Amino acid sequence: MADLPERPRLAPGVRLHFDKTRSAWVLLGPERVIEAEGPAPEILRRCDGSRTTGQIVDELAALYTADRSVIEGDVNDMLADLVAKRLVVA
Amino acid sequence: MAPASPLPAPLGLLAELTHRCPLACPYCSNPLALEGRADELSTDHWARVFREAAEMGVLQIHLSGGEPASRRDLVEIAAAAHEAGLYTNLITSAIGLDAARLERLAADGLDHVQLSIQDVEPDSSDRIAGYRGAHARKLAFAERVVGLGMALTINAVIHRANIGRVTALVELAASLGAGRVEVAHAQYHGWALRNRNALMPTREQVYRAMDEVEQLRPRYAGRLAIDLVVPDYYANQPKPCMGGWARRSLNVTPSGRVLPCHAAETIPGLEFWSVRDRPLAEIWARSPAFQAFRGTDWMPEPCRSCDRREIDFGGCRCQALALTGNAAATDPACALSPHHALMLELAGQGSAGSPTEYAYRGRAREDEVIPTPAH
Repeated sequence: MADLPERPRLAPGVRLHFDKTRSAWVLLGPERVIEAEGPAPEILRRCDGSRTTGQIVDELAALYTADRSVIEGDVNDMLADLVAKRLVVA
Repeated sequence: MAPASPLPAPLGLLAELTHRCPLACPYCSNPLALEGRADELSTDHWARVFREAAEMGVLQIHLSGGEPASRRDLVEIAAAAHEAGLYTNLITSAIGLDAARLERLAADGLDHVQLSIQDVEPDSSDRIAGYRGAHARKLAFAERVVGLGMALTINAVIHRANIGRVTALVELAASLGAGRVEVAHAQYHGWALRNRNALMPTREQVYRAMDEVEQLRPRYAGRLAIDLVVPDYYANQPKPCMGGWARRSLNVTPSGRVLPCHAAETIPGLEFWSVRDRPLAEIWARSPAFQAFRGTDWMPEPCRSCDRREIDFGGCRCQALALTGNAAATDPACALSPHHALMLELAGQGSAGSPTEYAYRGRAREDEVIPTPAH
């Protein structure tokens, strides 16, 4: 299992896109179209290489006025999955 | 009566900009009858196709061929796809795409470059490609792509001449700075079908190569995405070809004919419509070729009552045709197909390797083969 990057960013060739036809956010990458559901777009737009994972969690917790530990679990799970697929990198 | 469920929009469009190519790979999926330059769509045609594609819900455009760089207007075509709001992927051999044009492509918003590599050994690579010096130029090209900060995929088509070096091919992709590698076992359509007996590996070779890939995955997790195109001839379940006929993607030939898949023109009796005559959305919704095998109503048994019918959609129509003579048959890659044993028999015969000559793509007529040096 790959480690989580300290300051995650979308890998080269990966971008977040609003799909007007399907009214949904999607993550587009090499031979990949992944629907970004729920809070995923808010997480992904913050993966810009400047914020730490902790800052992303703080911002999401504030945005959704939600329990930080719950948000942290969701963010870490999502980033771990995207890192393994090499859609998010350090 | 319940209203018909709305037709889902396609996600991807393969734009075969030209059938011209400096290489002559014997596994090429292009048709034996290649389209000529005089029939190719114009830059403006392609720009219109891209706008219509984006409008109907296509998200990704794959600029392919032939070799797309054989078109002098490649930069303008790629820019038109980007301007239409599409994720733009260039599938190239690197031959004929110099540093200046690559820089313009990067500046104009190209999202991703997919580069073909034939082998890790230069002599073998060049022999497979039928082009001396190709391998060295590909390595230099990969370095330029990564140097520009662009996303790079290495695509390696796997067959008898390189199947023993799958691990080395993945290692080469990683060393070139690729973020993704496709280990694509040859699919036997077009020139690959013509060359099947010269390309087919043995079952043992295929199993070993599949094992190697599984061992590589954890080693490269987070560094290199490894995608596998499985070898049908030794499979027990068919691939969901194209994600289902006329369901997720479409293919436009150099002259503008719109196909459900790149080999669909091998199926006799299908009527293909052209972007020269009709809007893309109308072709997607109503063209007879797209309607022919859309959904599950066309299926015979054992597909019709199979609980995997909306997972694999009966597999590949073109492969069913090539091996059974009937495009509506179950793909013989399926163990439930009455023709499954035939497929294994053809694989066995092919891998016994009587002919070792390649009919090089675009250079050989159907009735002649060109000898290649012994391996």
